[in-house]
Amino acid sequence: MQSTVDAAEVAKFEAMAAEWWDPNGKFRPLHMLNPCRLDYITRQIAAEFDRDLTGQAPFAGLRILDIGCGGGLLSEPMARLGAEVVGADAAERNIPVAQVHAEQSGLTIDYRHTTAEALAAAGEQFDVVLNMEVVEHVADPLAYLTACRELLKPGGLMTCSTINRNAKSFAMAIVGAEYVMRWLPKGTHEWAKFITPDELFDLIARAGLTPVDRKGFVFNPLGWSWSISDRDLSVNYVTASTKPA
Amino acid sequence: MERYDVIIIGGGLNGTSLALALGRAGLATLLADPVPEPDRADPGFDGRSYALSHASCRLLRALDLWTPLAPQAQPILDIKVTDGRPGEGPSPLMLEFDHAEIEEGPMGWMVEDRYLRRALLAALDEIPNVTRRTARAVTHEVSDTTANVTLDDGSTPAAAMIVGADGMTSPTARRAGIRRLEWSYGQTGLVCAIAHEKPHHGTAHQFFMPAGPLAILPLSGNRSSIVWTERTPEAARIGALDDAGYLDALRPRFGSFLGEIALDGARFSYPLLLSVAQRFSAPRLALIGDAAHRLHPLAGQGLNAGLKDVAALAEVLADASRRGEDIGRQDVLDRYQTWRRFDTATLALATDTFNRLFSNDNPLARAVRDIGLGAVNAMPPLRRAFIREAAGLTGDLPRLLQGRPL
Repeated sequence: MQSTVDAAEVAKFEAMAAEWWDPNGKFRPLHMLNPCRLDYITRQIAAEFDRDLTGQAPFAGLRILDIGCGGGLLSEPMARLGAEVVGADAAERNIPVAQVHAEQSGLTIDYRHTTAEALAAAGEQFDVVLNMEVVEHVADPLAYLTACRELLKPGGLMTCSTINRNAKSFAMAIVGAEYVMRWLPKGTHEWAKFITPDELFDLIARAGLTPVDRKGFVFNPLGWSWSISDRDLSVNYVTASTKPA
Repeated sequence: MERYDVIIIGGGLNGTSLALALGRAGLATLLADPVPEPDRADPGFDGRSYALSHASCRLLRALDLWTPLAPQAQPILDIKVTDGRPGEGPSPLMLEFDHAEIEEGPMGWMVEDRYLRRALLAALDEIPNVTRRTARAVTHEVSDTTANVTLDDGSTPAAAMIVGADGMTSPTARRAGIRRLEWSYGQTGLVCAIAHEKPHHGTAHQFFMPAGPLAILPLSGNRSSIVWTERTPEAARIGALDDAGYLDALRPRFGSFLGEIALDGARFSYPLLLSVAQRFSAPRLALIGDAAHRLHPLAGQGLNAGLKDVAALAEVLADASRRGEDIGRQDVLDRYQTWRRFDTATLALATDTFNRLFSNDNPLARAVRDIGLGAVNAMPPLRRAFIREAAGLTGDLPRLLQGRPL
């Protein structure tokens, strides 16, 4: 199996794979960010595929891949909105955790211990690829994004979020989140692997996708919550791109 | 298995409003109310009415309830606050809030309970995904993924979450082990409606008497709602009087500016107490209205605060549902609690302080507050802030309170 997933990175996340679903546990920062990520993802999908989010099962008929699904924090909401979901994770230990939880929630999700490259090689096709907080952990981002493009049906949508590379992101994501707040285990991120929005747009275009949107996820320490920003992409940000029909 | 998104326990004004908002937003909702629908829809006037803030009226508009209510709603155009002692007439320093000082129009509207109840029930009939059932909740339990309720008709519906809208003594909150902070004021509110000879011109009056405030709130026609606060033993004495004796006790308290008065509808009395739940949310449970907080009804903020709960909870749940989140998760319900707790604590403290300052016959306190009122009157920006707060236009407003759809 040819994979661009860095083995050391996978091992780091395997160490964090318990307690996925405790909103006040280890993954509290992800739970805090999740409404913001879901707002972005659901609105992009609704716009691209002309769905009404106020209706019943708005994503019925859409096949969605969640790469780096972890405990299923994005997979479950997508399934609840009616989509057919495949959750893929390179960390084997996450799969049974996610499966058990989906079962408890009464949701059917196809969780697999695999990689984007392996799924692409098997010829799998999706309407939507969720590629959230993954690209900063892979060894070869261009090869990885190319695999994501291959996984999309023509006219399909990919959302990709990551962390910017500048002095502020170093302070916030590494010193702040890993050392000061202890939100994430030390060594979760390597700052040199962070990608600027322009670099990411360039990589996405070179992978054969059309970048269509980018927004910031901004943490407000006063309200202790995240919001979506049109302008501030200085630390966490997200992009949407489509595969030409 | 009978399964809903939300089960609301208690079909009062807040519970029913929430059912309507959630149903409109597409959530499958069960409203369990021990009071039969014909009783809730009784067209008779029982003397109860509400001073609805501007924001509450916008919520009613957003829920398409305003059209049936508008013909009988009385706009409050002016609020006069006076400090006085019975028989002495008003103090020379008087606080007057005129709606011309804010841009949004009237300060609020007086709406009678009988019209509000019926408009809500009629609107609910039009919403297919709301089920109303005449039943009392006997018990409930929550698991990691579901809330199960046992009703006294033997049914056992399940949902992602339940809402306790079952009043100040909320058995739902008690079952969830949520404790309450309670404080009795030793005062009782006497409530009635009166018909009077002279027009009220849309003016609401609040007289601060040593025993507590007396509010005269305009209803449609030559009628007003009276909320009259007395120390509890005195209230019990007045409550025991016949109608003629009751009116004889009331007349000297606000003088003759409305001419002859007569009772219109029933008389009520409510012991005044502050009762705030320690938490507004628990696993797969949220509390709204009096089940979450019962405030001193001084400024008529009880229903307004309840409708803020309705607007905030409906928005949190509708947004979470559209994101595909599990709406009963603690982190989802904590968003509601965080939104409403601060606001409630502020309002509870403000009304309590206001009342303590005014329910006092100490000459020094009287002097301080007379000067205080005069000072407020002399400072337009501060006055406008007071008016906007009373009209419910401050704070981080939920969409429904802005008159926008969910």
